[in-house]
Amino acid sequence: MDSVYAMSIVLIAGIATFLIRWLPFILFGKQKKELPKSIAYLGNILPQAVMAILIIYSLRLVEFETVSGFLPELISVAVVIIVHILKRNNLLSIGLGTAVYMILIQLVFIR
Amino acid sequence: MKNIFKITIKNTLPIFFGYLFVGIAFGLLLDNAGYSWIWAIFISGIVYSGSLQFVLVSFLINPVSVFSVLITSIAVNSRYMFCGISFINRFKSMGKKKWYMIFALTDETYSLLYSLKNDKDLYENDHLLFLISFFNQIYWIAGSFIGAFIGDIIPFNAQGIEFAMTALFIIILLEQILSTKNMLPAIIGFISSIIAVFLFNIDNFILPALFISSIVLLAIKQFKLKGNTQ
Repeated sequence: MDSVYAMSIVLIAGIATFLIRWLPFILFGKQKKELPKSIAYLGNILPQAVMAILIIYSLRLVEFETVSGFLPELISVAVVIIVHILKRNNLLSIGLGTAVYMILIQLVFIR
Repeated sequence: MKNIFKITIKNTLPIFFGYLFVGIAFGLLLDNAGYSWIWAIFISGIVYSGSLQFVLVSFLINPVSVFSVLITSIAVNSRYMFCGISFINRFKSMGKKKWYMIFALTDETYSLLYSLKNDKDLYENDHLLFLISFFNQIYWIAGSFIGAFIGDIIPFNAQGIEFAMTALFIIILLEQILSTKNMLPAIIGFISSIIAVFLFNIDNFILPALFISSIVLLAIKQFKLKGNTQ
């Protein structure tokens, strides 16, 4: 273990991550300038697309070669959507969906 | 506002479960790589990026050049260039807190803050937004610490608990669709993802998917503007 190496790569990863998160504020955050219309529009509408992308990303380990590779995710996603449309209660939808998923992959479609 | 902590905890509860257990997984890996809980707290405090931290553990086991670490960090986290766009005006008025808000803008915090936009009382409260961001990082650091410190002896089988974050993304998207009555951005996001997965691969599709979505959304806007003026 080389602590100097570890320390340097942690700092580099931290600084790089912060700079990336800061970038849109550097580019478009000037006090006097009005936000360009297309950027304001993207800032407003892009999150919905981002959410869709994040959903796919968080389900990236799904595989379609075996039933147990995708059925737990399919069922749990359906539970979240149905419970949420019926009850509109965030914690209930998330809690129930997660519980169903954990039961499915731990006890039914064992991974 | 007396119950600001209550509101914070209620809103961050899904992230609490997700971050705590994914944090524990990170701490465990780090501990197995030979780095103690002090490192876990340090890394989760300084880097605060789930996917990158897991990659860092593999770098600690098999060292690569410092330059490779820089390139990997940029590649893994480039999607954050798009996240800030939604908060440029909102964070501007937050004074010194702005710097922490930018630092702590993870996928989950971003999603949660964005989901508050429909509730003016909550969304315009600087302290609340700050507390939400701060609590989320505390959950993440606590999980990392627990994983590195006592991860080996936790008797509870938490396999699958990370689905809480998938569920959070789903309900935020559902709420957006229900309130805007417009599914098009979400559909564009899904189709962009599928195209990007095929063009690149499942681990590196986020940035290309974001580019495709942005271009398509801007093109639709241009098209609509033209339609209106003619």
